[in-house]
Amino acid sequence: MTIHAMNSNLSVPEQPAQRILECEKVNVFYGDYRAVTDVNMAFGQNEITALIGPSGCGKSTLLRSLNRMNDLIDGARTEGLVTLHGENLYDKEVDPIAVRRRIGMVFQKPNPFPKSIYDNIAYGPRVLGMKPSSMDDLVEETLTRAALWDEVKDKLKQSAFGLSGGQQQRLCIARTIAVQPEIILMDEPCSALDPIATSRIEDLMRELREDYTIVIVTHNMQQAARVADRTAFFTALQDETTGNRTGVLVEYDKTTKIFEDPSDQRTEDYISGRFG
Amino acid sequence: MSTLAPSRGSASGSTRGTGSLKTKISKPGERVVLIVLRLAAALTVVITIGIIVALLLPSIQFFAEVPIFEFLFGTRWAPRFADASFGVIPLVTATAWTTGIALLVAIPLGLGAAIFLSEYAHPNLRKTLKPILELLAGIPTVVFGLFALQFVQAVVFKQWLNLDTGAFSVLAAGVVMGVMIVPTIASISEDAMSAVPQSMRQGSAALGANRMQTTVKVVFPAALSGILAAIVLGISRGVGETMIVAMAAGGQAQIVTNPLDQGQTMTGFIANAALGDSRVGSIEYNTLFAVGLLLFVITLIINYISIRVVRKFREAY
Repeated sequence: MTIHAMNSNLSVPEQPAQRILECEKVNVFYGDYRAVTDVNMAFGQNEITALIGPSGCGKSTLLRSLNRMNDLIDGARTEGLVTLHGENLYDKEVDPIAVRRRIGMVFQKPNPFPKSIYDNIAYGPRVLGMKPSSMDDLVEETLTRAALWDEVKDKLKQSAFGLSGGQQQRLCIARTIAVQPEIILMDEPCSALDPIATSRIEDLMRELREDYTIVIVTHNMQQAARVADRTAFFTALQDETTGNRTGVLVEYDKTTKIFEDPSDQRTEDYISGRFG
Repeated sequence: MSTLAPSRGSASGSTRGTGSLKTKISKPGERVVLIVLRLAAALTVVITIGIIVALLLPSIQFFAEVPIFEFLFGTRWAPRFADASFGVIPLVTATAWTTGIALLVAIPLGLGAAIFLSEYAHPNLRKTLKPILELLAGIPTVVFGLFALQFVQAVVFKQWLNLDTGAFSVLAAGVVMGVMIVPTIASISEDAMSAVPQSMRQGSAALGANRMQTTVKVVFPAALSGILAAIVLGISRGVGETMIVAMAAGGQAQIVTNPLDQGQTMTGFIANAALGDSRVGSIEYNTLFAVGLLLFVITLIINYISIRVVRKFREAY
């Protein structure tokens, strides 16, 4: 079966018009183990970029290196340059907390806080010391933006744990956009959801693209084909020096190109379902 | 496509689907184990009921002689004097002082230690420190009592700080009792905080919260029920602690208004008076049980309130 990119959007330029985030020779290590090797790629502003590839190819690791979430893992280390508007995120003087304020993240499993729906949204703005003229308005706007307002407007004070998985994940996306980041990283955001909830999240992603840059890791190739402007295919290779498997970027191009006319045989094998 | 057809006792000699479902489940050995386990469970219930009855019967005799109102609200405690009076308020104030002081010491130190161990310490450091902390909880309270009397009261308060205090004080007993409770509060709170899923911390970090904000605003509320349970256990230990107060708080039953004064707590009274020379059924004998019953009721009330508080404030995950 061939997957056709559904957003065969001819307006996607050959190269990102505006490079908001760039990786240059990025290597990520867990202790001595090199999980990702020499990734070079640029993410275009207001584009959705999908990272796909078989398990263990380092795509989630790379994603977490884009907002320094790997710093929270003991023994994790990133080498190379990750630049936001040309500024290296791994510069000694850069505060990882400041990085995460600009680059938010949505996780594989919905992880709302054990608080009310309202407080889940208000948490970020409060913690960052944002002083909106009205927190109520901010919560409403944010939930509306995340296409959740109509479903939760009557139970804002109830626990977020009472929501369905799909609603929880949209709440997590809402929570992320409440602090106005520039980039939203999504680590397999739909893997725990049913197809209907998945489709709502995909709709939401397409809407959010107007204002945000999105990088999504997905195991679901159809999903990449449906939502992403550009797709990067990763695979795991034997590291020449250590013999360990390590993730490498095989091919990065417009999604239409990746799914309809990939340049690399490995990409074609993967997207046509011959391995992975 | 599936090759898994439902088996219908085919001729292939399969034993599947044969035999009655009504086979005997338990072997004789299992039955014995089950009986022993049931007995063990029943015994704990019986013993608890026995304790309550043993407390209640002499107490009822006591309240036949002393009106309950006089006992609960009387301000003079002199059960062994010729003009005996049985107002328990002096004992209660001393218990309140020692427990209150102990909590003032134990809650900040205990929660601080728990937050450090759970949120800040390197896992290896935590693995080393936590057992040491729990070891502290095993120090006999008589050692703490000696420490309170001979060092905290005699040396620190009187010699170093030159405080105006006698040989005993509720302050010394309370402070040392607080130190004794720290491991309990720290260890249980740490368990509760460590049990908060890592994904909560990651979600908070991804919003640009720093570690302290994540700890105070996400982890702490999520662990609140466990933390409150730890504090309640601390209160219960404080109210029930005997050796430290019997040794260091003093033996004079008086309404305590100054923490540097001495005072006799409820447990201190029982420890001092229950020397086996009270005749069974005498008023002195029954007094011990009345005070014991009051302790029991106070602990019960504290537990009840805490359960209500936890239900109201906890953020279940």
